[in-house]
Amino acid sequence: MDQALLDLGEYISAALSQEVIDFEVRHDELMVRVRRDNLVKVAMFLRDDVNCQFKQVVDICGVDLPERDERFDVIYNLLSLVQNRRIRLKVATDDVHPVPSIVSVYSAAGWYEREVWDLFGVLFADNPDLRRIMTDYGFEGHPLRKDFPLTGYVEVRYDDEQKRVVYEPVKLTQEFRSFDFLSPWEGMLPGDEKATAEPAEGDKGEGA
Amino acid sequence: MGVDPTSGGAPLAPGAEQDAVLYQVTESLKEKGFVVAQLDKVVNWARTGSMWPMTFGLACCAVEMIHAYCSRYDLDRFGVVPRPSPRQADLIIVAGTLTNKMAPAFRKIYDQMAEPRYVISMGSCANGGGYYHYSYSVVRGCDRVVPVDVYVPGCPPTAEALVYGVMQLQKKIRRTGTLWR
Repeated sequence: MDQALLDLGEYISAALSQEVIDFEVRHDELMVRVRRDNLVKVAMFLRDDVNCQFKQVVDICGVDLPERDERFDVIYNLLSLVQNRRIRLKVATDDVHPVPSIVSVYSAAGWYEREVWDLFGVLFADNPDLRRIMTDYGFEGHPLRKDFPLTGYVEVRYDDEQKRVVYEPVKLTQEFRSFDFLSPWEGMLPGDEKATAEPAEGDKGEGA
Repeated sequence: MGVDPTSGGAPLAPGAEQDAVLYQVTESLKEKGFVVAQLDKVVNWARTGSMWPMTFGLACCAVEMIHAYCSRYDLDRFGVVPRPSPRQADLIIVAGTLTNKMAPAFRKIYDQMAEPRYVISMGSCANGGGYYHYSYSVVRGCDRVVPVDVYVPGCPPTAEALVYGVMQLQKKIRRTGTLWR
């Protein structure tokens, strides 16, 4: 299986030497990194080439890596039923440079791209209908970005005087707490593997 | 069931005594052609005996709600028949996570229900946001949008718990005993 994927990777990168950056096989899965501007050509090749025939787009998702210059990865998971193969394409971008839309190649990609736009704020050039798809009407921000606060900015409530649901800034009665699940008494029992483990930051002597 | 007029409304156990009362009532009904009862009692009897809930399944709790309607628990026995229209419903069971995007629509549906209307909040998410309490997109409890009569805890609550919740609501209606809410 691995060899077949490596062969396929070699084949693709040989055929598209200008468009493909590199490829790797990990966990029996083939991943191909693609130059952003050439994405449509690569997708077209993968769909139409007789050795590929990746005719289904299974999913498009995003990854936010804020420490990187091009902070977003857009990931395309494709499936070939004829070849019984899957492939993953990765395209790097930031929040200003649009990724070319692959709607012209895969018409199913439209809503996936809307989803990535909605949740990450990645722009897609030439998507015919790049609106928000999941978040609330009039929502501000892109919630799956790492710099988006967990609880967001607004919350809703029914206002009895205005007789409608109103939006207000978030007011929490109790802040979100993150538990590390290394309670002080764990690690005291003999034979506990946590006894020798390094205590986590702020673990000791901080109860409730 | 017959009710002994001397014992302050406590139901009689089935048996000879109950049969006697029933016979007496049927005889006098046959003879006079009418029965006299207290209006509020009759109204409450009617209300508790046919609480039609608006079908409002939002998430996994909906599955347990469906179980409660189906043959094993069969909420139909209580006169609880799910309705597809808020205009026909007396009750709305909020079964699942109420999101910010859904909140205005939910309030609109609630407003379309005819009085008297009741709300059962089913499950952790509807009660107080539950697992999604700190989420950017979830209402922290459906009581921020509508007044709630009965909270059913659980994640999700079992079908039995929901049936119990419905019975608690019946009890509440009977106990409150007012014509107007």
